[in-house]
Amino acid sequence: MLEVAVAHRFGSFTLDAAFRSAGGLTALFGRSGAGKTTLINAIAGLLRPERGHIIVDGEILTDTEHGIFVPARRRRVGYVFQEGRLFPHLSVRQNLLYGRWFAPKGGRAGEVEQIVDLLGIGALLDRRPAHLSGGEKQRVAIGRALLARPRLLVMDEPLASLDEVRKTEILPYIERLRDEAGVPIVYVSHQIAEVARLATDLVVLSEGRVAAIGPTAAIMGRIDLFPLTGRAEAGAILATRVASHDPSFGLTTLRAAAGELRVPHLELPVGTALRVRIRARDVMIALAPPEGLSALNILPGTVAEIGRADGPIVEMRLDCAGEALVARLTRRSVETLGLAPGRTVYAVIKSIAFDHHTFAGSAPQSPGADAETRHG
Amino acid sequence: MSAFLSFSPDEVTAIRLSLKVALWATLWSLPIGIAVSLLLARGRFWGKSLMNAVVYLPLVMPPVVTGYILLLLFGRKGPLGRLLADTLGIVLAFRWTGAALACAVMGFPLMVRSMRLSIEAVDRRLEDAAATLGANRFWVFATITLPLILPGIVAGMILSFARALGEFGATITFVSNIPGETQTLPVAIYTLLQVPGGDLAAFRLTLVSILISLAALLASEVLIERASRRIHGL
Repeated sequence: MLEVAVAHRFGSFTLDAAFRSAGGLTALFGRSGAGKTTLINAIAGLLRPERGHIIVDGEILTDTEHGIFVPARRRRVGYVFQEGRLFPHLSVRQNLLYGRWFAPKGGRAGEVEQIVDLLGIGALLDRRPAHLSGGEKQRVAIGRALLARPRLLVMDEPLASLDEVRKTEILPYIERLRDEAGVPIVYVSHQIAEVARLATDLVVLSEGRVAAIGPTAAIMGRIDLFPLTGRAEAGAILATRVASHDPSFGLTTLRAAAGELRVPHLELPVGTALRVRIRARDVMIALAPPEGLSALNILPGTVAEIGRADGPIVEMRLDCAGEALVARLTRRSVETLGLAPGRTVYAVIKSIAFDHHTFAGSAPQSPGADAETRHG
Repeated sequence: MSAFLSFSPDEVTAIRLSLKVALWATLWSLPIGIAVSLLLARGRFWGKSLMNAVVYLPLVMPPVVTGYILLLLFGRKGPLGRLLADTLGIVLAFRWTGAALACAVMGFPLMVRSMRLSIEAVDRRLEDAAATLGANRFWVFATITLPLILPGIVAGMILSFARALGEFGATITFVSNIPGETQTLPVAIYTLLQVPGGDLAAFRLTLVSILISLAALLASEVLIERASRRIHGL
């Protein structure tokens, strides 16, 4: 259980944000300069906020009202920095074991092997950081933070300095961390694809304030937040399971509450839980079940909400059997089709709209999160 | 040739004394040098620019002036000299220890400059990282900062050592020119040049002086190279 409320000023920038997390992976999402890093620096004890409190598992780490400020070294908050910050004069092994020196004694036997294994860094142990690739450095940095036995892990855009290939190399490790390591994670990112894939809960920050907070799927389906989540990549998240494979056409069928989706073949066993992000720009709307159409995915639903027209583009949210789907259309189409809340429609999605950006790996369980926005 | 290379006992004494004085000057100023470098590189306190100026003063003042100030402070009648003599029984005036003090003071700015630059070059975010892993300030310094500034420390020590070997003005002013006690290499060379027929011996000592300096510089190159290679893991 993590509770954070921080108010801090840097020149003309004011951070005034609060959120709570019950575990899992809580993503702090927002543009650069939204205050994300400041917030986690305050959690880790690298920044003493002007006002606020930070409570982890019932222990007060910061409470400005009562003059409490536990120094970073006694917080047991693991920090994975954007640039890794591995110690250049130490080997990978020494880097990994650095925090164990100072961590409370009596960890599980084989803990090191287990984490080395989880992160796939066994072959790197005797190397120096200078001889590691960007992706390897970040995995070692994650291992180093974990081996200090933190009760909370904060990660500051750990993938930002990596190219696409390296990112896809690390994402599964972070997913395993979230699902297996049992350490709650606060994850900073400005990449919606990353957040959609990893986060159980989402805190959207804008100009130093919390704009929205909630389970990832609920936040991603909110069209009023599109200006913040980024229009081009914005999309709803569906929780699906692998239902079947069709080897003759190289397709995989996923089942969601909203209906079935046929996507390019996925190398996953039947029954695997999978999150799929369906980008608003990939969704077409039809008034009747279309025929003679190449698109394979047609989900029935009703129009739940139509966003405010902003130039030629309108965003809308559909309710497909209780799941939210978002679509981006031209204002002209909305008028021509006479779309209005309550109207029954069919969402059409091309199978090839699904690519590795939109699959989110194993679906996490949301323990739920909530927040209050502080006033004054 | 063999006659040229046969050192007189006085010359050998001067060489050994010079090495001893330079070594002690360097070793004694090392911990103070590290502390002052840290203060100047990281500290924020009232009077920092004044402290900075005082540290660098021996670099710009005439060495004779530095030597005279040392004589005033640490001479038998000087306030610090009397204090040291009365409490600890340490006498610096006209002793080799005084020569070491003069050399240490003269080499101090060079030592601090080199160390300070290396401290300022340390990525402090690495120290933050160590703190999040549970290290307190002492361990952060011992395991992160110190290893990272090692090349600067080595360079500072070598510079101070080389400066101490060449120190003349402050030494002769503070502790005079006593063979076997305060007559270091440069002082011995100077003395030999004042005596008729001393040219050859002076030339010999000059060569020795050049050799020692050269060896020190080469050693520092190797040490710094090795230290930075260790740091960057190449």
